[in-house]
Amino acid sequence: MTVSKTIITAVRALRRNVTRSALTVLGIVIGIAAVIAMMEIGKGSSGSIAKTIASMGANNLLIFPGTAATGGVSFGGGSSLTLTAEDCDAILRECPAVGSAAPLVRARPQLIYQDKNWVPTFVYGSTPAYLTVRDWTQMADGDIFTDADVRNASRVCVVGQTLVRELFGGENPVGKEIRVKNVAFTVVGVLTPKGANAFGMDQDDILLAPWTTIKYRVSGNSGSSTSTSTSTTSTSTGNSADSTYPGAPSVFPAQSSTQAADAPMPVRFANVDQVIMSARSGSQIQPAIREVTSLLRERHRLRPGEPDDFSIRDMTESANALASTTNMMTNLLLAVALISLVVGGVGIMNIMLVSVTERTREIGLRMAVGARSRDILRQFLAEATLLCLVGGLLGLALGRGAALMVQKFLKWPVESSIEAIVASIVVSAFVGIVFGFYPAWKASRLDPIEALRYE
Amino acid sequence: MSEALVKLRDIRRTFNVGEISVHVLRGISLEIERGAYVALTGSSGSGKTTLMNLLGCLDRPTSGEYWLDGVEVSKLSSDARALIRNKKIGFVFQNFNLLPRTTALEQVIMPLSYTNVGLSEREAKQRAAELLKMVGLGERMDHRPSQLSGGQQQRVAIARALINRPPVLFADEPTGNLDSRTTAEILEMFDRLNRQEGITIILVTHDPNVAGHARRNIRLRDGMIESDTTREGPAPTGEGDIPRRVA
Ligand SMILES: Nc1ncnc2c1ncn2[C@@H]1O[C@H](COP(=O)(O)OP(=O)(O)OP(=O)(O)O)[C@@H](O)[C@H]1O
Ligand SMILES: [Mg+2]
Repeated sequence: MTVSKTIITAVRALRRNVTRSALTVLGIVIGIAAVIAMMEIGKGSSGSIAKTIASMGANNLLIFPGTAATGGVSFGGGSSLTLTAEDCDAILRECPAVGSAAPLVRARPQLIYQDKNWVPTFVYGSTPAYLTVRDWTQMADGDIFTDADVRNASRVCVVGQTLVRELFGGENPVGKEIRVKNVAFTVVGVLTPKGANAFGMDQDDILLAPWTTIKYRVSGNSGSSTSTSTSTTSTSTGNSADSTYPGAPSVFPAQSSTQAADAPMPVRFANVDQVIMSARSGSQIQPAIREVTSLLRERHRLRPGEPDDFSIRDMTESANALASTTNMMTNLLLAVALISLVVGGVGIMNIMLVSVTERTREIGLRMAVGARSRDILRQFLAEATLLCLVGGLLGLALGRGAALMVQKFLKWPVESSIEAIVASIVVSAFVGIVFGFYPAWKASRLDPIEALRYE
Repeated sequence: MSEALVKLRDIRRTFNVGEISVHVLRGISLEIERGAYVALTGSSGSGKTTLMNLLGCLDRPTSGEYWLDGVEVSKLSSDARALIRNKKIGFVFQNFNLLPRTTALEQVIMPLSYTNVGLSEREAKQRAAELLKMVGLGERMDHRPSQLSGGQQQRVAIARALINRPPVLFADEPTGNLDSRTTAEILEMFDRLNRQEGITIILVTHDPNVAGHARRNIRLRDGMIESDTTREGPAPTGEGDIPRRVA
């Protein structure tokens, strides 16, 4: 019996009892619909999480200065001034697993533009490399400040989209001046939008300026007043007064050029709040952490056994944790959907068994006119598989519909996938074959004489 | 040597019901020539149906040899017997055994789906339609069993039995469920098939009237042949409209 003949025979047999076929198929329809809806919704949410993770910058690592402690009294995280811009340069130079790195100085000042004011979530002092680390080099307008600006502590900045909206009312801010704690900054560029990060913070609510500018002109006293550092070696003596009393007239007479040449401003040796860096790839994160740790221990002259005076945090870790939680939920729901598919399969088996019993005479007749047991087996298997396939296709449509409704009314992200569609069709055929086999086998084992005599 | 179409040698069939062995056929030997028209009679329980099932390759004898069309079939596998049933045997049942909710045309085509010679859908339909016309149902091809009378249903069953052009037709009480008028119609058809088409017909009946149509009458009693009588009559011409399988 050819395949096409088998299928035609199966279709005819199923059409003989349309209502029953439809009801039988319902279990599979619901099962497949549930699987498809779960897959699309699950894929949608993990897709949006992946996007968020990507927006935070791929494979980002943050270095914090460590906890300073004197006589057993801890000053809390970041209280020691161990991390310097020099460290950052050294990392770039000597750690091959690190792709790019930028020092970070943070502040939270009020911004004023004309009659508006705004306190952004992020006011960062850094270098142009910051945007490289964050995968954010594309500018919406203007350009990023230069390394020269960093050296000169120029009063320039770039701003994020939220600032453009809140402070400039949507007009182009490039070339405008904003005041940050009474220091006038010229906006030289506008960042492209990035949206919220994995913790729900608006990443576009940002002002980015050279770290030297933020440190010496805005924060002024960044960290120095709480200095208990064991490694103030990085800051040379003699000029600390400048940062101790920002804006105040120098207590020392102005330097002569000779004095300046003898004791240059140790700007480059100043401590920073954080160093942000990116590993070259996901697999390079751990090597990067190892390399940076050993480099910094060496640079900070830590003896073996002494604790690190800094800590390194993998920024994608928490986002990945969120992603894996979502994945777990999706898989859980998928498992429930698959169970309903199995229940549907049992329904198919049940009805096929009833059908075999009911059609015993037909089976006997078919055998009497020349059907071999494998023909009977094939016919009933084809019927079950066909039922499941039709159910699978209907379920596919229903599941897609449900996913689209969820997207439309609940505003959840959904994402259709070819794999899910192919998988659902394969699975429904598989269910048909698995649950149709026993009834079909029973049918094929009937004795033609007894089957013909069956009432 | 012109071999007999059916040749039985000491056929026995024993059923085991629990501990007891029931000897239903107790040594049957007979030969049936091509083109014969045989009625199998005997009292109820004498083993007629059992013998027909063996002859129709639905069952296997406990012992003995059965040659059908020159092939020893009693030891064949069930698949091989299915092939023989498909190609060489037409079966007509007392209760018609039509598929429910299936048109007459599809009923007749059905056995072709188990035949591996490739016959196109159109050819199959054409052949089935010819047969239905021959049994007088040219107007009823799209009717379902529920829309047909008993006699018409049996004629559909006969057309179905003939679709693969078998040399022999077995009928177990084909008129058992029919009234005398329809019985006459069916018998007329058997007569014509035998006379014009040369098809060998072996039927079981309780009705002496029906048995009277056959030229040969085999009477069973307790699983053995009680009598075997042949009456003189017109031999089949073998010049029918449907080509026969030449063995
Ligand atoms: N599968 C079986 N198992 C046990 N005994 C059986 C079986 N089939 C038939 N018999 C017995 O064999 C005997 C003959 O049965 P069979 O059906 O051949 O009779 P029959 O001549 O066709 O009778 P009837 O004219 O009533 O149809 C009966 O006694 C029956 O009980
Ligand atoms: Mg009987």
